[in-house]
Amino acid sequence: MNGHRGFSVLRSEAVGAVRTALVSAENLQLTLKTELSQEEQHLKPHTHTNGGPDETHTKGYCTEVNDDLKEMLESNKESLKLEAMKRIVGLIAKGKNASELFPAVVKNVASKNTELKKLVYVYLVRYAEEQQDLALLSISTFQRALKDPNQLIRASALRVLSSIRVLIIVPIMMLAIKEAASDMSPYVRKTSAHAIQKLYSLDPDQKEHLIEVIEKLLKDKSTLVAGSVVMAFEEVCPDRIDLIHKNYRKLCNLLVDVEEWGQVVIISMLTRYARTQFTSPWKEDSVFDEHSVRAFYESDEEKTRDETEAKAYVMDPDHRLLLRNTKPLLQSRNTAVVMSVAQLYWHLAPKNEVSIVTKSLVRLLRSHREVQYIVLQNIATMSIQRKGMFEPYMKSFYVRSTDATHIKSLKLEILTNLANEANISTILREFQTYVKSQDKQFAAGTIQAIGRCATNISEVTDTCLNGLVLLLSNRDETVVAESVVVIKKLLQTQPTQHSDIIKHMAKLFDNITVPMARASILWLMGEYCERVPKIAPDVLRKMAKSFTSEEDIVKLQTVNLAAKLYLTNSKQTKLLTQYILNLGKYDQNYDIRDRTRFIRQLIVPNDKSGALSKYAHRILLAPKPAPVIQSAYKDRDRYQLGTLSHTINTKASGYLELSDWPAVAPDQSVRNVEVIEPVKEEEEEEEEEGSGSSSSDDSSSSSEESGSDAESSVEKNSSQSSEESDKSSSQSEKSSSESDTEKKKRKTKKPLQKKTVKPTAKDSDSDENRNVAKEARSSSAEESSSDSESDSDTDADSGTEHKKKTKSKAKPKVEVKSNEEVSLLNLDDFTPAPLTQLKSSVLSPSLLGDLEGLCLSNVSSAIQVSGPAFVPEKSHDLLHRMTGKGLSAQYQFPRQPCLYQPTMVSVQISLTNTSDHPLEQIHIGDRSPTGLNIHCFNTIECLEPEASVTVSMGIDFNDSTQAANFQLCTKEDHFSVSIQPAVGELFLPITMTELDFHKEQGKLLGMNESSATITMAAENMTSQPISRPVATVANLGVVPSGQDNVHRFAGKTASSGAVVLVTVELRELSTALITINTEKSVMGSMLLRDLKQALAQA
Amino acid sequence: MSDTTVLVSQSRLSSPPAKMIHSLFLVNSSGDIFLEKHWKSVVSRSVCDYFFEAQERASEPENVPPVIPTPHHYLISVLRHRIYFVAVIQSEVPPLFVIEFLHRVVDTFQDYFGVCTEAAIKDNVVVVYELLEEMLDNGFPLATESNILKELIKPPTILRTVVNTITGSTNVGEQLPTGQLSVVPWRRTGVKYTNNEAYFDVVEEIDAIIDKSGSTITAEIQGVIDACVKLTGMPDLTLSFMNPRLLDDVSFHPCVRFKRWEAERILSFIPPDGNFRLLSYHVSCQNLVAIPVYVKHNITFREGSSQGRFELTLGPKQTMGKGLEAVLISSQLPRGVLNTNLNPSQGTYTFDPVTKLLSWDVGKINPQKLPSLKGSMSLQAGASKPDENPTINIQFKIQQSALSGLKVNRLDMYGEKYKPFKGIKYMTKAGKFQVRT
Repeated sequence: MNGHRGFSVLRSEAVGAVRTALVSAENLQLTLKTELSQEEQHLKPHTHTNGGPDETHTKGYCTEVNDDLKEMLESNKESLKLEAMKRIVGLIAKGKNASELFPAVVKNVASKNTELKKLVYVYLVRYAEEQQDLALLSISTFQRALKDPNQLIRASALRVLSSIRVLIIVPIMMLAIKEAASDMSPYVRKTSAHAIQKLYSLDPDQKEHLIEVIEKLLKDKSTLVAGSVVMAFEEVCPDRIDLIHKNYRKLCNLLVDVEEWGQVVIISMLTRYARTQFTSPWKEDSVFDEHSVRAFYESDEEKTRDETEAKAYVMDPDHRLLLRNTKPLLQSRNTAVVMSVAQLYWHLAPKNEVSIVTKSLVRLLRSHREVQYIVLQNIATMSIQRKGMFEPYMKSFYVRSTDATHIKSLKLEILTNLANEANISTILREFQTYVKSQDKQFAAGTIQAIGRCATNISEVTDTCLNGLVLLLSNRDETVVAESVVVIKKLLQTQPTQHSDIIKHMAKLFDNITVPMARASILWLMGEYCERVPKIAPDVLRKMAKSFTSEEDIVKLQTVNLAAKLYLTNSKQTKLLTQYILNLGKYDQNYDIRDRTRFIRQLIVPNDKSGALSKYAHRILLAPKPAPVIQSAYKDRDRYQLGTLSHTINTKASGYLELSDWPAVAPDQSVRNVEVIEPVKEEEEEEEEEGSGSSSSDDSSSSSEESGSDAESSVEKNSSQSSEESDKSSSQSEKSSSESDTEKKKRKTKKPLQKKTVKPTAKDSDSDENRNVAKEARSSSAEESSSDSESDSDTDADSGTEHKKKTKSKAKPKVEVKSNEEVSLLNLDDFTPAPLTQLKSSVLSPSLLGDLEGLCLSNVSSAIQVSGPAFVPEKSHDLLHRMTGKGLSAQYQFPRQPCLYQPTMVSVQISLTNTSDHPLEQIHIGDRSPTGLNIHCFNTIECLEPEASVTVSMGIDFNDSTQAANFQLCTKEDHFSVSIQPAVGELFLPITMTELDFHKEQGKLLGMNESSATITMAAENMTSQPISRPVATVANLGVVPSGQDNVHRFAGKTASSGAVVLVTVELRELSTALITINTEKSVMGSMLLRDLKQALAQA
Repeated sequence: MSDTTVLVSQSRLSSPPAKMIHSLFLVNSSGDIFLEKHWKSVVSRSVCDYFFEAQERASEPENVPPVIPTPHHYLISVLRHRIYFVAVIQSEVPPLFVIEFLHRVVDTFQDYFGVCTEAAIKDNVVVVYELLEEMLDNGFPLATESNILKELIKPPTILRTVVNTITGSTNVGEQLPTGQLSVVPWRRTGVKYTNNEAYFDVVEEIDAIIDKSGSTITAEIQGVIDACVKLTGMPDLTLSFMNPRLLDDVSFHPCVRFKRWEAERILSFIPPDGNFRLLSYHVSCQNLVAIPVYVKHNITFREGSSQGRFELTLGPKQTMGKGLEAVLISSQLPRGVLNTNLNPSQGTYTFDPVTKLLSWDVGKINPQKLPSLKGSMSLQAGASKPDENPTINIQFKIQQSALSGLKVNRLDMYGEKYKPFKGIKYMTKAGKFQVRT
């Protein structure tokens, strides 16, 4: 300690150190070097093991090293001390015990060297708990520092003091925290909020006192403090919701400016708060929104609000405030913030607003693997309840071969949740790729997913079943076993005739070795033995032969099969059963012995068995309920999204349950804040209003940083001296008003104008905040009206945005494929029946190219039907609401393959009831021309007012653009409507190689070719690829092209399957030659006309 | 004093589970803990045994689950640069909160030491400790902005290390972290440069899955704007785009004024000092993304034969006249492949018989002479032919072009008098670009 020669400035101290260091530089360096290497040698073997037999050895060595360090610490030289501390920190980092050095280290707690001091703090915090008495020596230093004029020194002293976990200093800490909580500096107040948590975990008995401090700090208006104090609140008294009331609006308004970590904590707290204070917005979704917005912005007119309240649900303005102020945070770069906003919307927003979080959540999937994992889990839970939210982003969940296994299975889960009638073909096609994955665990997961799709969507059940049966001949056992298990479940859920599948499985039985799969087949045989009366006994015969060498699980099922057959077909199987029961009787496994004994008593009538054997048939062959195949994420939603509990699917300690909405909203006036510190608020507002008010304020100074005020003071770069708060009031006043004008200047981009700039409503950062604050105090009419205007603007925006969302929801982007592809796993190799039509067509496409892993023969793959390159959003009016007496209908072409018949074009119709009474029995009536082939949608029993529903139907236009006329009927009325397709909608896209394209083109020359030269619009010539406008006009696939200036597209007509080839060749002077080759020359010329128009116009 | 100890033990029993991050362990790929840091009471490192168990179960390092529950704690880990950062949690906390923070820690280390390896961390253990001490207070993030941290703790440089050893001066900044107090916490105060310059890199990544026949299954463009701003004082910048409508979904550095973006589609911000990511975005281009590269492939395995054919040809497509550079092909071949005998027309290729990873460093693609890789694969004798053909991953770069066509219109500076030097660079890269064969 006497080493200090009174250097007051750190600089000069360093210079001094240089001098002293240089003197002893040589030997110092030497000793250090040897010591280090020696130390390292000793430490190496211990890095991982924690203690054990080496302990004693280490100890001896430790003291040796420690003596050395102690010496260094007690030397006069700053540099030696520092070096010693660095080595000690190195020891701590490695998990070594350095507590012996405590006395030597603690002496340096008051060092002037910043780094040395910091390292001493690190040490102190680490070991104070073990060396309580000695730690007390350092306390006085911190107590002194707590009074330092520099706010940062005060803060750091409090930080260390509160980190020393010594119970005896609790009163000192308590005092320090209380003082710091009313410190001038927000930074010190922030530190005191952190200290609250530390003290609470050290001594929970202080709770009551700490709550007082929290209450005080919650009123703080600084963004620095907000996050930390809410954290303290969550830890100390999360149930004291009443403390939040008065601060609710302030927290909502500050939220955007709080640092990101604080945002997460505040949002999660506010989510809980809102669930206790507001009523559920989930009842009459579609009606309330407009009302509530209006009610909020015209809150002066209490009357209107009361009226609407009586009629329908009205969202509490505070509820709306929270939703609105969190929305911008979806754009945060911090994934935790985005997730917390997403969960807030999920738990608090009206159902129709939740989907605004989708895009941001999908964006997070680009982040690190661990982030993906958590986000995917949450999406999995969300997608069970709200398919529509994520359906447009389905492709973002496609699995890549480089994904980690748990990511893959989560994506699979989500894809399965998203599957519906419209997109199932796309999803199954994707699954088909996954089934062949080298990652067998993933392949098995895919098979389960196929099973779930098959049960959920009855249209594809048979397809999936057939596909799964094909997988039974797969080489990989895991795949086969999983398929058998899934088929078993599917057959159970489908009580219809499936004897051929069972027969097929019986045939495969000899080749399947996986026990679980064998057992499943045996169970199926037994359960449906009456449907396969010839095969089952034969299987039993085989099993009798191999019984002894089977696995236990197979043996048990063999016994079951024997018993069931004995009951249904005892003539043929009596002896076999006897034999098997005898084998089972002497089996090594007691389970099997037990089962055998039980079965024998049950089925073979003898004196003892008595009444039971009469019921044997009913016991063994009772109809069994089908297993429910459902998502593993089904009930995850009992946990709040984004929480640890949700991730691990068990309640983590400290998890706070999200309460249900209250039936009646608690008093909302509790959140009114007019009485509290009106002066400050007034001033704040004035300042935020900026230069608009020319009069200067006369209110008192505030050192608090709030909103734009603080921002502008920084922009002024007012050197931010630590004694900021000591500024006289007039000074700060002046500077803030000055900087305010400057801010305005910046915003309006008129650097030289002063004071004349009017406040523009469009973009003051605190616009919304102000608005709400005003709301509470109901200020002048003019202002509020302008506010409500701007606000309703934004709301209208969100409204349209929402509309867009719903639109895209109604229009799932599904790849169009020909119908034969729908049966994707159903390869024509194995089940040629449904593909005859296709084979006869010109294309002879085969999707087998994809499936080499599964198929046995090699079929050349040339031309394939593919997904649409582009799905236009445009929808057309089918029935206007005026003519439809409240029923309005719109249609559009989703460009997806029609599920019902391959020659049909699928059409999606969205029906909306705009009337005020429910419409019943909406269905399709007469049609003309009478031969028109339409697959109608199922009758809609009832459509509530304001509700809308989207249905899909198939129409065979027979390759003509003639309109399809039919009647749309309700219970009372019927309306004639017609759908006229654009020629481009009558195609299905196909992909082929360039070579095949030329080959096909060669066949379609002369009469079948039509071409035209056009002048291209400028924008089509530049960066924008030409494929876009073409794909918009017609549903064609892009053919890869070797030349830059030639673009090729191919498709086939839906009804007749004739090939349509389009070539666009760009030439000089922005002209282009369009050539169309097709045998349907009428369609060709119509398409040419449409394309000319699309490419020539802007 | 014995009273005290009794009291302590009592309070321990009743003390509530503290939230947020309790401790951090750094574990290397061979399963050694090489650094530990505790923000509250010490948690025994034996808690990591649960982690090691999970590590052993996982087939690949990436397959270790990020969240592992243990009887008294929860372990949340991230894996970067082959180091596991394992945080110990005692009670409910949003897992993303912890994960995001851990990634920030890694980013900070990388920023400070250039690389984030075990050796670098061990060499700089004191700086690491100082950083961790500043980044968390009682387990709650305190200062995570690189600008503030650099004010508090200076990054080590070779020169400074030498000077420090001789003079005994310190890494710890002598200034006080005033940045932490301001409302622009991301920018340090008193910045001075003789050359004032601001550079922006628009980097777009294209993610795609291409199917066997060459048609695009999914493709999207994600981009970022990384900035390197070295400007004196407190400059206020605005950046505007020619075609802001292209940006579909964006996320900002906290410095960007959101309201201004909402209203005018202009980025207005006071930049942090040095390197930072201003913006990341997703391009709305419906389903149509121009794919700049095509692959012709012919990979076949024949049943019963111990040979397989492998042919790969690459070519540029829709690149708007810009060349494809730094092309790198990698592919995980099926387990049955013993070795390969391939012949690249350019560049070098390697095949690791243990991991079965094939990689081909192609370099630049010359449109006149397309690069190809042809030859045979030898398969395990007697083994059945693999179910699936390998997926091909492609990396490439296209300089001076942003695929989406995004263009910066202008950059203006307010609030300072000098004239800065401005520069904008565009680049396109492959993100997760896969071709299924």
